[in-house]
Amino acid sequence: MFAVENGLQGDPRLQAISDAIRVIPHFPKTGIMFQDITTLLLDPVAFKHVVDIFVDRYKHMNISLVAGVEARGFIFGSPIALAIGAKFVPLRKPGKLPGRVISEEYELEYGSDRLEMSVEAVKSHERAIVIDDLVATGGTLSASILLLERGGAEVVECACVVGLPIFKGQCRLKGKPLYVLVEPNQLDELTF
Amino acid sequence: MSENKEEEDPRINGIKTKIRVVPDFPKKGIMFQDITTVLLDPKAFKDTIDLFVERYRDKNISVVAGIEARGFLFGPPIALAIGAKFVPLRKPKKLPGETIFEEYELEYGSDRLEMHVGAVETGDRALVVDDLIATGGTLCAAINLLERVGAEVVECACVIELPELKGRQKLKGKPLCMLVEYR
Repeated sequence: MFAVENGLQGDPRLQAISDAIRVIPHFPKTGIMFQDITTLLLDPVAFKHVVDIFVDRYKHMNISLVAGVEARGFIFGSPIALAIGAKFVPLRKPGKLPGRVISEEYELEYGSDRLEMSVEAVKSHERAIVIDDLVATGGTLSASILLLERGGAEVVECACVVGLPIFKGQCRLKGKPLYVLVEPNQLDELTF
Repeated sequence: MSENKEEEDPRINGIKTKIRVVPDFPKKGIMFQDITTVLLDPKAFKDTIDLFVERYRDKNISVVAGIEARGFLFGPPIALAIGAKFVPLRKPKKLPGETIFEEYELEYGSDRLEMHVGAVETGDRALVVDDLIATGGTLCAAINLLERVGAEVVECACVIELPELKGRQKLKGKPLCMLVEYR
């Protein structure tokens, strides 16, 4: 579900957010129009809009845990967690988290990768959200949902700044709703 | 914080007690300072950010540079609170646009830190943020990147310092602010 479909149609903050995201063609490989959120982070007003919109959505949903996917999910998830008084749980590439971890494999275009979470991160029945900068195939978010559920949490929603249009409407990942602010930009929409 | 030992802010002890020390990670002999347990305590996490924000909000900081990846946990909330840009300093090949890089020494070999061209400008006043300072190699690389594009590095801010590794001496004369020492 996109923000425009759920109460934020016409909200000028969404246009400001979209305008602040730079497109880098053919990164990391030919054919991919990479949505670069680092230019959004250079605009304190637009960056704050992102956090404010997510905070307004989640602050009354009794969320006690915000999980962020390494590394760009840390940048958005950490301020959201702080603002709603939730704990922050980093979901990381293998070997980065110390102590005991659980891991979940997910598919890449070629091969697979793993995401890890600390076993101490989740208490049973916690209400959690997962944050990342962008959702494309949903593979990483699906792995995140599985990790949190294995830890005993209830995943309430996944939230991303950018999402492919297929995530409009009632599209779900592993049965969980998805909340997205903007669609990907095309190349001619922003020059940096 | 690190300069006012006579009267330590009471929030600091609360943060210190939340840091988990994990022995022999990532390899034998290293007592790893795990800050993820601080993030699991909303009050301790908030206190950490508040202490830095209180220090920097009136210092006209225009850029907060955070070192991948744990610097991305503390840097962005500080940047947002003080109205500064956030600039991620990353391992090679992660940043999609044109970058400049700075090499730094590891125990065996070397690594690189990258920054996007155009993110930081001459005249920017910068803060560098990471979770911990050990040898100071990464922070030194960060300072170099920022100075090369004409920014003034005002200070480095870390949650934890390992003073025995003398990282402070690698900061090109820039001051360090830290909350917790581990000896």
